[in-house]
Amino acid sequence: MIKHAKASLVAIFLTMSLGAGNIFASDTIKIGIAGPHTGNNAAFGEQLWHGSEKAAADINKAGGINGKKIELVKGDDACEPKQAVNVANRLVEKDNVVAVIGHFCSSSTIPASEIYNEAGVLMITPASTNPQVTDRKLRTILRTCGRDDQQGAIAADFLMDDLKLSKVAVLHDKDTYGKGLADAFKARLKERNPKFKEVLYEGLTRGEKDFRALVTKIKSVGAEAVYFGGLQSEAGPLVRQMRELGIDAPFISGDGIVSSDFVTAAGGANATQGVYMTFSAEARNISAGKKVVEEFRTAMKYEPEGYTLYSYATMEAIAAALKNNKKHDGKTLATWLENNPVDTVVGTLAWDKKGDLKKSNYVIYRWDKQGKYAELDKKGMTQK
Amino acid sequence: MNAFDLYIIGQQLINGLVLGATYGLIAIGYSMVYGIIGMINFAHGEIYMVSAYVTALVIALIAYFGGLPVGAAIMIALLFTMLITAILGWLIERVAYRPLKNSFRLAPLISAIGVSLILQNFIQLAQGARNQAMPTLLEGVLRIGGEEQFMQISYHQLLILVAALVSMLSLNTLIGKTKFGRSCRATQQDPVMAEILGINTQKVISLVFVIGAVFAAIAGTFVTMNYGSFDFYIGFVTGIKAFTAAVLGGIGSLPGAMLGGLLVGIAESFFSGFVNTDYKDVFAFGILVLILIIKPSGLLGHPEVEKV
Repeated sequence: MIKHAKASLVAIFLTMSLGAGNIFASDTIKIGIAGPHTGNNAAFGEQLWHGSEKAAADINKAGGINGKKIELVKGDDACEPKQAVNVANRLVEKDNVVAVIGHFCSSSTIPASEIYNEAGVLMITPASTNPQVTDRKLRTILRTCGRDDQQGAIAADFLMDDLKLSKVAVLHDKDTYGKGLADAFKARLKERNPKFKEVLYEGLTRGEKDFRALVTKIKSVGAEAVYFGGLQSEAGPLVRQMRELGIDAPFISGDGIVSSDFVTAAGGANATQGVYMTFSAEARNISAGKKVVEEFRTAMKYEPEGYTLYSYATMEAIAAALKNNKKHDGKTLATWLENNPVDTVVGTLAWDKKGDLKKSNYVIYRWDKQGKYAELDKKGMTQK
Repeated sequence: MNAFDLYIIGQQLINGLVLGATYGLIAIGYSMVYGIIGMINFAHGEIYMVSAYVTALVIALIAYFGGLPVGAAIMIALLFTMLITAILGWLIERVAYRPLKNSFRLAPLISAIGVSLILQNFIQLAQGARNQAMPTLLEGVLRIGGEEQFMQISYHQLLILVAALVSMLSLNTLIGKTKFGRSCRATQQDPVMAEILGINTQKVISLVFVIGAVFAAIAGTFVTMNYGSFDFYIGFVTGIKAFTAAVLGGIGSLPGAMLGGLLVGIAESFFSGFVNTDYKDVFAFGILVLILIIKPSGLLGHPEVEKV
């Protein structure tokens, strides 16, 4: 009741200051789309935006949420933690969004999520995989992707069971996501073989392009495989410079390179050919999403790679929660989602009490010489 | 394999030299401008970034119309990029420096930072924020050593070294032997007196900006080809490193800029290669601090003489 009184007071003030018309036009539901819309990782922001935008358009076409249309508000964090906090504050205070899809980089998502949680706004990230995103047990924070401890473990198992290699150089980009993933990978190798010791463990600097000294070091320690926790803008030059120096050791990375920009950053598919990557099961092959994928390709001329369909699914989940609840505060919506599985383009999603997916489905992909990635058929693998 | 075998040390030296030559080429621009007007051109790193885009555009156009041998294509791309960045360098001086000539000392510094932000954001909006690729024009490497153990330098890297050497030598001749060089040195020593003696100091300042920009273009063209990709943000990191190199070598001194560049490059490369990559920047900047404590004007810089 008090809240309502407050809201109407604010409304009166705003009407006075902004002029009438603005306030009473709230026949839309605002949802924030926060991520790197600019900057080095704008390709990921594009996946996030296209996925959410298409989902919102489809939901609006089908009648919206109980008659109200979804209105999207863009928030650009450029994968910078400081900017992410500003974006979160703006979305909550100025734009009054009821929910947020995002952010992308874990180092942005973690500080921003504190603000959403405090303001009681639902935030679902389609892409931030660092364990800390949900491990802090914030009430209104969920994700529609797996966790780095799962992802790192899958890569470690792949290295041991399929590639059957043990002399591995573990590299990261010193960022929350990259270092977390590299450490998870290492932890799994240690868990399975307590005597395991990586031949190299180093962090490069985000934004740089010359890793030749590091690459020469990889060669000098005789690494048989290289694992990199980080994003495509550094992974590209790194793998290119490795191949240039004649190192043909397998290169394994995580979902931070799941964008065609990885190939661009490497200067072509020659360098990225054969790179292994862990990512959730290919959403473009799930039958529930066939029609949407088709529309992306034909009507929008956009290949829904990487996190595009997961962003679409996140919007569907939020819409379902909004439709089925009268109150739109974060706690209500999050609790509803934790108790009710939602059917989406990427299949049925169900959450646990922490906000993680009950089922994660990481698999190994391989980049081919056309610069595309596809799920790896391990049966066909011939190993030295 | 031993981490300290000779081939590995040689390889790290090559890595460092090539990286350092890049820093040196950009550092020259910082150093020249500082030498003449005593101010830092903070938009210089962005000129390097813009030159990468211009080069890629020209190469794409040449590839589209086809029919040119690789060497000619690279030369045309380089010349055209130099032309565009020369205009850009002139514009920056005209817009961000000249109107503030008689203002307080910090004003042009701030306006240069403004220009740098404008360039960065303009390129981002006009060209998109995503990575851009550059096709590999020169395939192949020079290898010394055996099948397993060797050191190598790719033709692209070799090109960077040669370009740095040639441009350094021609700049030295230009400053040391020509009439324009004499006006430059006169303006550097005493702008007011130079003006009285009939030197068009305004023209000298403009030309210095242009020359600095041209050197950034040489770096931009060859480095872009070397890495195969670039984005609107590359000017920032490289700019800071090149600026460090200029200060290290003694800002205002041109051989100092190149020496500083090579030192920073080799220091980074060796520290990263034999100690730890995480702390290579800490090490490089640590060296800077150390040298400035011992020799405040940089390695080859002249101590500032108080003008009476």
